[in-house]
Amino acid sequence: MFAGKRLSKELAKMQGHLPPGITFAKSDNLEEWQMDIRVLDDNPLYQNQIYRLKFTFSQKYPIEPPEVQFISLPASHETPRPIPIHPHIYSNGIICLDLLSTAGWSPVQTVESVCMSIQSMLTANTRDERPPGDSDFVSYNKRRPRDINFQYDDDNV
Amino acid sequence: MDSDDDFMSDASSNVDFLDDQGSDIESMDDFGDDIDVGFSQDKDIIGKTKKPYEVDHKVLSPEDIEREQNVQVNEVSSILGLPPESCAILLRYGRWNREKVIESYMDRPEKTLEDAGLGTNFEGAAKTEVIPGFMCDICCEDGDDLETYAMRCGHRFCVDCYRHYLGQKIREEGEASRIQCPGDSCHMIVDSKSLSLLVTEDLKDRYHTLLIRTYVDDKENLKWCPAPNCEYAVDCPVRQRELNRIVPTVQCGCKHNFCFGCTLNDHQPTPCALVKKWLKKCEDDSETANWISANTKECPKCHSTIEKNGGCNHMTCRKCKHEFCWMCMGLWSEHGTSWYNCSRFEEKSGSEARTDQARSRASLERYLHYYNRYANHEQSAKLDRDLYLKTEKKMTSLQSQSGLSWIEVQFLDTASQALQQCRQTLKWTYAFAYYLARNNLTEIFEDNQKDLELAVENLSEMFEKPVPELANLKVDILDKTAYCNKRRVILLSDTAENLKDGEWSFNVEW
Repeated sequence: MFAGKRLSKELAKMQGHLPPGITFAKSDNLEEWQMDIRVLDDNPLYQNQIYRLKFTFSQKYPIEPPEVQFISLPASHETPRPIPIHPHIYSNGIICLDLLSTAGWSPVQTVESVCMSIQSMLTANTRDERPPGDSDFVSYNKRRPRDINFQYDDDNV
Repeated sequence: MDSDDDFMSDASSNVDFLDDQGSDIESMDDFGDDIDVGFSQDKDIIGKTKKPYEVDHKVLSPEDIEREQNVQVNEVSSILGLPPESCAILLRYGRWNREKVIESYMDRPEKTLEDAGLGTNFEGAAKTEVIPGFMCDICCEDGDDLETYAMRCGHRFCVDCYRHYLGQKIREEGEASRIQCPGDSCHMIVDSKSLSLLVTEDLKDRYHTLLIRTYVDDKENLKWCPAPNCEYAVDCPVRQRELNRIVPTVQCGCKHNFCFGCTLNDHQPTPCALVKKWLKKCEDDSETANWISANTKECPKCHSTIEKNGGCNHMTCRKCKHEFCWMCMGLWSEHGTSWYNCSRFEEKSGSEARTDQARSRASLERYLHYYNRYANHEQSAKLDRDLYLKTEKKMTSLQSQSGLSWIEVQFLDTASQALQQCRQTLKWTYAFAYYLARNNLTEIFEDNQKDLELAVENLSEMFEKPVPELANLKVDILDKTAYCNKRRVILLSDTAENLKDGEWSFNVEW
């Protein structure tokens, strides 16, 4: 696997120091990791909440972007994890972010930098809403996030 | 060679068509190079003038396209004094608008270079380096013998990662002219020099193909031939905004006739916009709406749609309980006691509703009139095409039965090609006629259409005669072929001239 050395290094760094609000949750193997993030300021939309991100790495990582989405753990779980409300995050956890597309991705990006980008995407948001057409998208979408052609038409959020 | 002779075949070209067969076949390869030369020679020698419906165009092979690009790159390079590979990036950024690129660079050199994804530092040749103590940010390798590369932006990565990155962009994403540095938010474009240093031969070929493709896609005067597996592009000066005045049918080096405006098959004399409308009309269910309006009526009061499926003329709208007469659409109360039949045809209350009904009925009939003829020619052209495939067999058996030589039986081939082309034209005259508003010129058009139709049917009939009779009909078939082509030229010239002069008016917005 091309990314072996790179991922081991990233993982090693995870165990040590990480930016505030970002913690390593678990990884059963090198191909799939889970990260927890929370928003640092007192944005009322996300206060006192922790969210779970799932990273899936292909053979071509980091030349290709990883697949990143939010996953939810039920309220009954010992660590409940909801899907954050955001105009670019669908209620099934799929994130519409230019950075995660092949066109916007740079191989220099890391798990850490992706987490930070998503963290700041939440921090900056003031709109308590889902993307337009969320319910349709969630019920009909069978594609994986990487196969969806998002239109990145909103630069404000 | 003379292959453009049967480009828009006319009577004269079919006479010398017979002499050309040999040279035509052997010189297919360098067709692209020859067509221009052949064309101008034609003009000089025979004084053949361009017909009103023909447009100037030139066929370009992939080599021609590459040559054209290089010429422009070198020209700009010598004007601006920048390396050719940088000028290539500049030109692609400016969508090959040479004047604009030069002007923009002259005005604000640094900003232009920045915007195009070029730095300002042009020194140093592209080469890989070993840097002690370096660690690649992509793969995290840090060996002391690690070959690395950086473009002018200074973002350095190991050659292996660079190669993977470029491979991914070129092979998987089909990128060529806009591949950026792998560094985060660095917009420096990977130039061809860096690229050839880093990637393997097969990728270079792919890269080149993609680059050529962006060149053709970027330029308004170039279009790919849409025929399957055809590699040629066509250069034609007709612009999008001229398409309401001209129908630019071009012929590619592979002999495919297509419209330069919309790249659909040749659809002269109908302008692109009307073709689009027509095809949509025929395809989608806009005719369902027509059926509804022809077979149903609206309640005169609440406008619900009602289909009468039997019973008497006394209608009571289910929705609003309005009572009216199906025949005259007038109030039922005015009918007195004459139930079950309406003799009040002239009453005013119903006349408006009746006119609406009649109008949409007439419109449906009108559409079907033209559509049937359009579809009939399409179908016949298909049958003729099958016949064309059998022509060769016919020609062979004709040779053995009548002792004619191969060259002498070519008239069948010529005839079947003429049939194809004329039917294609005829087919579109019906879509054209559907949208055409009557004026004093439409009669001439309809006469031309009728004449061509007659000529085509005559030839088509001869063509189906049994093989033994064909030899005796040779002169007749040749005559009729020439006549068909002539009628086609006349029809197309007339419609094209009037279109150009804005003499046609159409009954739709387009």
